Amino acid sequence: MGLGASLAHGQAPNTCVGCHTVLDPPLQVTEEQFSHDIHSQKGLTCASCHGGDSTNSGPEAMSKTAGFRGKIERRQIPALCGRCHSDAAYMRQFNPSLRTDELAQYLTSVHGKLLAKGDNKVAVCTDCHGVHDLRPASDTRSKVHPLNVAETCARCHADPAYMKGYPIPTDQLSSYNGSVHHEALAVRGDLSAPTCTTCHGNHGAAPPGVGTVQNVCSTCHVFQAQLFEASAHKAAFQAASLPGCVACHGNHSVKHPSDAMLGTGPQSVCTNCHTSGDAGFQVAGEMHQKLTSLDASIQSADQLLAHAESSGMEVSQARLEQDQARDSLTKARVTIHSSQMERVERDVQAGMKTAAKTYQEGKDALAERDYRRVGLGFSLLTIVVVLAGLGLMIRKIERKPN
Amino acid sequence: MNIQESPRVQPQRRRLVEILLGGGLLASVVSFLYPVLRYLVPPAVPDLGGDEVVAGKVGELKPNGSKIFRFGNRPGLLLLTAEGEYRALSATCTHLSCTVQYRNDLHQVWCACHNGLYDLNGRNVAGPPPRPLEVFQVHVRGDEVVVTRKRES
Amino acid sequence: MSLLTRVRGWLDERFDWAGMTAPLLKKTVPVHKLTYWYFLGGITLFLFVIQVCTGILLLLYYRAGANEAFESVQYIMTRVQFGWLVRSIHSWAANLMIFTAFAHMFSVLFLHAYRKPRELTWVSGMLLLFLVMGFGFSGYLLPWNSLAFFATKVGTEIAGQVPVVGRSMMIFLRGGEEVTGATLTRFFGFHVAVLPGIATLLIVLHLALVQRFGISVPPSVEARWIAHPEQARQMKFFPGFFLRELMAWYIALGVLGALAALLPWGLGTKADPFAAAPAGIKPEWYFLFMFQTLKLIPARVWLVDGEILGILVFGVAGFLWLLLPFFENLGRGRKVILGAGIFALTYIVAMTLYGYMAQ
Repeated sequence: MGLGASLAHGQAPNTCVGCHTVLDPPLQVTEEQFSHDIHSQKGLTCASCHGGDSTNSGPEAMSKTAGFRGKIERRQIPALCGRCHSDAAYMRQFNPSLRTDELAQYLTSVHGKLLAKGDNKVAVCTDCHGVHDLRPASDTRSKVHPLNVAETCARCHADPAYMKGYPIPTDQLSSYNGSVHHEALAVRGDLSAPTCTTCHGNHGAAPPGVGTVQNVCSTCHVFQAQLFEASAHKAAFQAASLPGCVACHGNHSVKHPSDAMLGTGPQSVCTNCHTSGDAGFQVAGEMHQKLTSLDASIQSADQLLAHAESSGMEVSQARLEQDQARDSLTKARVTIHSSQMERVERDVQAGMKTAAKTYQEGKDALAERDYRRVGLGFSLLTIVVVLAGLGLMIRKIERKPN
Repeated sequence: MNIQESPRVQPQRRRLVEILLGGGLLASVVSFLYPVLRYLVPPAVPDLGGDEVVAGKVGELKPNGSKIFRFGNRPGLLLLTAEGEYRALSATCTHLSCTVQYRNDLHQVWCACHNGLYDLNGRNVAGPPPRPLEVFQVHVRGDEVVVTRKRES
Repeated sequence: MSLLTRVRGWLDERFDWAGMTAPLLKKTVPVHKLTYWYFLGGITLFLFVIQVCTGILLLLYYRAGANEAFESVQYIMTRVQFGWLVRSIHSWAANLMIFTAFAHMFSVLFLHAYRKPRELTWVSGMLLLFLVMGFGFSGYLLPWNSLAFFATKVGTEIAGQVPVVGRSMMIFLRGGEEVTGATLTRFFGFHVAVLPGIATLLIVLHLALVQRFGISVPPSVEARWIAHPEQARQMKFFPGFFLRELMAWYIALGVLGALAALLPWGLGTKADPFAAAPAGIKPEWYFLFMFQTLKLIPARVWLVDGEILGILVFGVAGFLWLLLPFFENLGRGRKVILGAGIFALTYIVAMTLYGYMAQ
């Protein structure tokens, strides 16, 4: 196959592109396209995959004797890529830290299994990675860069016509695009936020099971998962075959949680299982009430401080302490996953104490403002006295004689 | 307006006017001077500078210890490593703005809200924080530990 | 012998105190229906003195530099004893002074006090008015808050639109291409050194001229008094007018104290050069009429850029206003000046109100 000869980086002549750049699709591969390809940049040529003789610019280059394989069939693509990418010794020459188990993972995936059974519609390596202008995943233009992964998966998975015949929905992308994970990734640019492959795996792509999906969430949401594990809900969910985390927060369209999700109100998730009269219903209501009362305390202290500020008093110290109260509220919103009232109570009480302190500081600021007004009153009084004195003096000096 | 001077004024009237005017003038001048004189006295805290703050005293922290100090309008974290080096970082977590703390068992900076972890150079190494913590410079001046930051001017 | 008499005697023996103060004691103020308008000049001077005093006090704690200015003003407002009072008085007195300066100018115009021989008094007064607005513009930036930052950006941008010299002017004002900490330092220098120096000289000149020529009498009153000399009335400056002026000053002090305590001047947020300008940015009220005019002029008027035309019109108007007294005797000069005065006053008031209400 001439693989050894083509290991000279960038120096092996690749005459194939010379003709193929001017052909029409699907035979077209332009110079420009191929210049972006990571394989080409590392010194591989067309012959590395397609066989044949890349140093020969004539039609003999594509002869059987030269080992030419022509267009690679879809079913054979994973094995072809795997010939290098699963060879650790070979890959070490280029990038020792690259994984070499992609093919093995792929064979465990839904895509891999269906392909083995003869389904040619499923994704193979080139569908996601591209083929002749294949960029590394760290390149923002790559189809498998974290910011682009969802679009790449959606090319098939959001196409109802293409997905006809498969027993899975096609609304994942639209659900995901409304989620807080999408916002973190695409809007705030946080590359550590999850996209499709974060939870489903990339090469070994398969949906996590009902019993294990919370393990996936817990890789990032550690505290909530730990609290949930130790809570009464864990056993209850298992018994009811409910997926942890997903049952309340959803899987693709995970929205920013609100205090209204807790409790017994119309947007509550607790009432999906709990009904009026059972212990859980009560606890849910109490927890909700605790959180909202802490939130209200913080807000009323905020308002008072804002009022003091707009009266000209400086309250930046109190504002700093308000952050601590907000910290407590954030912690309480995590602690509810334990479904234990005492733990939530502790965090809420800490927050209430701080909020009460800052509220008092706001009142002190307003009292100081009032004290200033009293001082002003005194000054004005002396001024009025002086004005009266001046007025009388003027009158005295200028009085007409009797 | 009357403009002629009057040669004779009742003494009591004159006294009243003089007292009123003199007393009023004195009181008003005092009420103006009092704030000015108080103003001239420097306050106890001489600095609310944006750039520099005394974060603590030498000897206040034990090795592998830390404290939170106020830097401008936000909290900062001052820590003394086990090897005796001072480090100062912003204490506001870059995830959801909780106040971070130093974990002397992990030798890392930890955020209790969602388990974020930063190394002692402020780099976010684990958990949700998307950005590193701002790092400040620390100098020891006499017996004071002074924390400064570079600002665009 | 009372203490006062003894001190006077001591000064007399060395400086001829009695001789020096005699003209002051002879000084008189005409008394007629419009006499109260004479207070405005004195109040403006008084407010200037207040500004110098509070300004010096602020200088003890203020730091000029992009990384310290805002924090130092915050420090003054919160940590320094009565710092809030000094700072609020300084900000309020600034606005009041600009208002009284304008009122003084218009009252002089409508009372025709600028006519011969007081032309140079008018010129020095107009220059002082421009200086006072310069004080306002430079001082406004010093707290380095975002409102001031963007107002300065817009203001210097407009200055940069003047043809030929505009760009150099803008770079000179900004201390560079953009508004940065260098601009702050420069404005601080203007505000506490350059402008006060020039203002002091002009004030001394202005007061010397007023002293030299005495207080003017409006033409109509003058005519009446010439016809009926027995109706002419004068009040001695010392003590009559001075005591009344003192009353006006005390009222001004009371107003300032009340404003400082009841409506303290805010600080806002620290300037961030990289943030986007907030919508609806506008300058302080004394520049608002010009700003609003520029906004209303269409982008192009015949062949000329609208904004440049507006700036030129204001520039020329200001220049002509400076030389107002010299047009008094050209043809229907006095009537034209009166008409221009009414027009200017109405225009300024209307445009300022419009600027506030239009969002």
